[in-house]
Amino acid sequence: MKRFFTLLLCLCLTFLVCGCNGTAIVTPPDGNELEIEYEGTYTKEFAGTTIYVYNWGEYISDGSDDSVDVNKEFEKLTGIKVNYATFESNETMYSQLKSGGVTYDIVIPSDYMIQRLISEDMLKSFDVTKLSNYHYIRDDYKSLYFDPKNIYSVPYNVGMVGIIYNKALIGEPDHSWTTLWDEKYKDMSLMFSNPRDAFMIAQMILGQDLNTTNKADWDAAAQLLKKQKKNLQSYVMDEVYGKMETGEAAIAPYYAGDFLTMYDINEDLEFFYPEEGTNIFVDSICIPASSQNTEAAKLYINFLLEPQIALANAEYIGYASPNTAVIDNPDYYYYQNEILYPAEDAVKNRQYYHNIDSEIRKYYENLWIDIKLY
Amino acid sequence: MKALSRLYVALILLFLYAPVAVMVFFSFNEGGSVWVFTGFSTQWYEGLLENTEMLTALQHTIIIAVLSALISTVLGTAAAVGILAFRKKFSVKLSMTLTNIPMMNADIVTGVSLMLLFIFFGRLLGLTESLGFVTVLIAHITFNLPYVILSVMPKLKQLDVSLSEAALDLGCNNFQAFFKVVLPNISSGIFTGLIMAFTLSLDDFVISYFTCGHYQTLPIVIYNMTKKTVTPDVYALSTFIFISIFVLLILYNTVQSSGEKRRAKQ
Repeated sequence: MKRFFTLLLCLCLTFLVCGCNGTAIVTPPDGNELEIEYEGTYTKEFAGTTIYVYNWGEYISDGSDDSVDVNKEFEKLTGIKVNYATFESNETMYSQLKSGGVTYDIVIPSDYMIQRLISEDMLKSFDVTKLSNYHYIRDDYKSLYFDPKNIYSVPYNVGMVGIIYNKALIGEPDHSWTTLWDEKYKDMSLMFSNPRDAFMIAQMILGQDLNTTNKADWDAAAQLLKKQKKNLQSYVMDEVYGKMETGEAAIAPYYAGDFLTMYDINEDLEFFYPEEGTNIFVDSICIPASSQNTEAAKLYINFLLEPQIALANAEYIGYASPNTAVIDNPDYYYYQNEILYPAEDAVKNRQYYHNIDSEIRKYYENLWIDIKLY
Repeated sequence: MKALSRLYVALILLFLYAPVAVMVFFSFNEGGSVWVFTGFSTQWYEGLLENTEMLTALQHTIIIAVLSALISTVLGTAAAVGILAFRKKFSVKLSMTLTNIPMMNADIVTGVSLMLLFIFFGRLLGLTESLGFVTVLIAHITFNLPYVILSVMPKLKQLDVSLSEAALDLGCNNFQAFFKVVLPNISSGIFTGLIMAFTLSLDDFVISYFTCGHYQTLPIVIYNMTKKTVTPDVYALSTFIFISIFVLLILYNTVQSSGEKRRAKQ
């Protein structure tokens, strides 16, 4: 018995030691450490303090595959410890912040959620243009609708929804959202399983404003979605990866950046932006009102805007970057990639989601339940 | 008949272990997909060592599992001894019912109510944040306790009361009687409780989700990957954990059976 306890303890200790070692490895296996040059100035003024960062899962370059470990580089440079936590949806992030049980110094929500956080006084305002690397943000991503004065948020990633299809299975479909209703592709097409994105597609076909407060518009979109249902294989979120990579399904709406991940596995896949227009999102870096270490948080935001750090993140995440130092860098893996960075006239009607008031939100969520039960 | 029963066992084993086998298989996939196998490679195992986020989460999970298992084992054993020492039958029954409720309770109810409690006390104490390492540890101890009590209790009931009385007669004080006579006799129950607590804590998701704050454990970090998609390093890590536990169990069984043999010889 005693021996067994000793063994158990040994094993646990090895685990712990492994964990500690993991955080201590600095040089990549080949030994040539990448020398990163920084444009901003980073002092050790806040060394010893901690910042709490709350970001989407797999949304930062983390050192795997010889990439840059962004948080570790920041710790090395400034002596500030980064305590990093993740979420999987804007709503989870919101409820965590709102509960008041935790404080964060950095959060990276999407556009409509930032609008909601601002309206509830949950973000700290500061002059983002004072950040020395802010000039790298491309002009069309400044002064966005949720932050017209640039006092709350700094764009981190952008993206748009399009249609992914398998050309080996179905050839070349029409470049329209109505393809997802086409009976030729019966039982081969997929659809978003969350109401906002699913409604977006129907709303685009109907030429509506995505943020309409007219209930009749939502009813019309729901009618259209009901018609589509018998044509679908299933409603999916991240299951779309498996279904498209293996060829189990042939056509699906999803994000451009994620298409590139699937394309790495299955080269029969193709992508287009439907002619009716599509949803565009921006995930931006903000400082919550409850932040306890705001100055260090600003340093972190500036650090994320550094050309080399932003490049590492853009290549790791695979979404489009709003940072001109990345977009105009010929060494960037997705340099001038037409899927991530389509020309202005290639995708005409780009609409952001806005925060929708709770009455309309409940209304379309009920419609969605109807559709699911239909 | 014999062939049929063998087939039955084989089927059960297949259903139990096929998912694990698939996972181990894909952890050696060369490509980034967890569905299409493109070639053999150990890159996900190598990459794991550099993935600080995942390793930190693993570290959190293990620390919480070990600490909560140890603490709840001590508390649970003491509680079991205390409950059986009640004179009134009613008090015993009442405390057993109270012990069982948290176990029957849905995890989500336990999780949410613990979170509310922690936040309430945090506010009361004027803390800027109330959720973190301490709260997730307390939460895990809380849901582990009934399992420890339930596995220690039967052993205690089997134990002849006259044994500890004899020890007292022969000059032990209460503490000595407990540690020298009672404890060795219930050690297998305590150990089962410890292992139960450890495994429950290791794979708890719901309660940790509500109470962990920044101190995210592995199941939560993996869940949060679903915005994009789960990468094969998770498979590699899970394979590693599976094999560690497998080896641990084999060691436990060999040590135990050799101990039994020795006792049988005596």
